Amino acid sequence: MVWDRNQMAARAAMELKDGYYVNLGIGIPTLVANNIPEGMTVTLQSENGMLGIGPFPYTDEVDADLINAGKQTISELPSSSYFSSSDSFAMIRGGHIDLTVLGAMEISEGGDIANWMIPGKMIKGMGGAMDLVAGVKRIIVVMEHSSKNGDPKFIPECTLPLTGKNVVDMIITDLAVFQRPDHDSPFKLIELAPGVTAEEVRSKTTANYVE
Amino acid sequence: MQKIYSDAASALDGLLFDGMTIAAGGFGLCGIPERLIDAIQASGVKDLTIASNNAGIDNEGLGKLLRTRQVKKMISSYVGENKEFERQYLAGELEVEFCPQGTLAERMRAGGAGIPGFYTKTGVGTLVAEGKEVKNFDGEDYILERGIRADLSIIKGWKADESGNLIFRKTARNFNQPAATSGKICVAEVEEIVPVGSLDPDSIHVPSIYVKRLVLGAPYDKKIEFMTTRERTAA
Repeated sequence: MVWDRNQMAARAAMELKDGYYVNLGIGIPTLVANNIPEGMTVTLQSENGMLGIGPFPYTDEVDADLINAGKQTISELPSSSYFSSSDSFAMIRGGHIDLTVLGAMEISEGGDIANWMIPGKMIKGMGGAMDLVAGVKRIIVVMEHSSKNGDPKFIPECTLPLTGKNVVDMIITDLAVFQRPDHDSPFKLIELAPGVTAEEVRSKTTANYVE
Repeated sequence: MQKIYSDAASALDGLLFDGMTIAAGGFGLCGIPERLIDAIQASGVKDLTIASNNAGIDNEGLGKLLRTRQVKKMISSYVGENKEFERQYLAGELEVEFCPQGTLAERMRAGGAGIPGFYTKTGVGTLVAEGKEVKNFDGEDYILERGIRADLSIIKGWKADESGNLIFRKTARNFNQPAATSGKICVAEVEEIVPVGSLDPDSIHVPSIYVKRLVLGAPYDKKIEFMTTRERTAA
C-alpha cells in the first residue's frame, strides 16, 4: 500500500512545529495546508507578498487583488500581512522561513534538486524555487518515488538542470521517507509506507543511502 | 509640478524609444499596469527589453506587446500560460533571460537604490550562475547579480494622492514596489487619485519622489487567472 498524494502531504505535515512560518510549493505540497495539526499555529507564506494565507474565498468574496503564488484566488486571515516581492524574498533568502515543501523531478544522493527545466521542452522558468531552496532553513521534497516511465527519481546525480545544489533535508515519496541530519551526511531511510519493504525501496532507487 | 496626466498615452509622452529597457510591476495578471501597457502597444515602440516577473498571458498584460512583436527580450522568472510567448521563444524570435524571482525583485530594488550588484546564494551551482562571479563569504559561495536600472518603470497602484504618494492593495503590491524605484522615471496608473492629505503618511508604500507621472486608470476589469473558491456550509 503506497501513500497517496494526500497521505504524502499528511506525512510532510508531521514535520510542522507550532509557530513555524512555512512556504508550500504548487501541487502535492499545497495539500500540506489541509493537514496542519489541530491547535498548532503555522503561518503560510506566499512569495508574491503575503504572510498568513487563508482558505479559498467564498464565491462572493473573490478578490482579483488577493492571489497566491500559484495565481489562485485566496482569502486573508486576521493575522495576515502584505509586502512587496523584494521584502518577500528578503524573508526567504534571509533564512527567516522555517520550512518549505516542494515537488521535484529529480533528487540526487547529495541533496541536489532539479524541478524547473527539461531541456528540449518548453521552459517556463524557475519562479521562486531557486530562492526557496537557497534560503529556507529546512527543505522537504514530496514526490512520486518513480517517474511516469518507472525511472527512479532519487538518483546518484541529477541529469536535469539543477534548482539548487546540496540543499534538500528530507524526501517523502509514495514509498518511503529519507532524511539527513546535515548537508555533509548521506540520506537515511527512516520510514516505509505500509506494506512497502526496504528491499522494494532499494530496488526502485539508484541513489546511495543508509538503511 | 503637475504629475497628473489625462490618459496613459500622454503620461508616456516623450519617454518611449526603440531599444529601451522597461521595468514592469505585477505578478501574473495581479497588479499589472494595463493602461500603460496598452499605450505602449499603441505607440509602436519596439525592440523593448522588459524586466517583469511574468510575461502576461495570451493577449493580456505584456502578452499584448509580445503579440505585436514589440519585445526583443524578457527578463522574467516564470513565463508559463502563454502560447504566443512559447511560439516566439521556440522559434528564436524572442530572447529570454530567466532570473530567479527573488533575484529579479532584488535586482530591481538594488538598481533603484544605487547598488549596481549584489551577492546572493540563490542559483549557486545552477545554470543561473554561469558566467557570474562566485565569491565565498564565511565558508559559503555566493554569485554576483547586477542591479537593474531601467529607462522607465511602469506600475499599477491602488490609490495615489495628487503629489504622487502611492499605496497598493493586498497582493497587488508584488513587483510594483521594487519596479517603481528601478526606472530613471516611474509612471504610475492607479484606481483612484485623492487630494493631498487623504493618505496616512505612515502608510505610504511608494513615496512621491519616485512617481513622476500619474494617470487615473479606472475603471478596471481585473482579470483572474485561476478562480478557486469554497462552498458556504449551512450553519
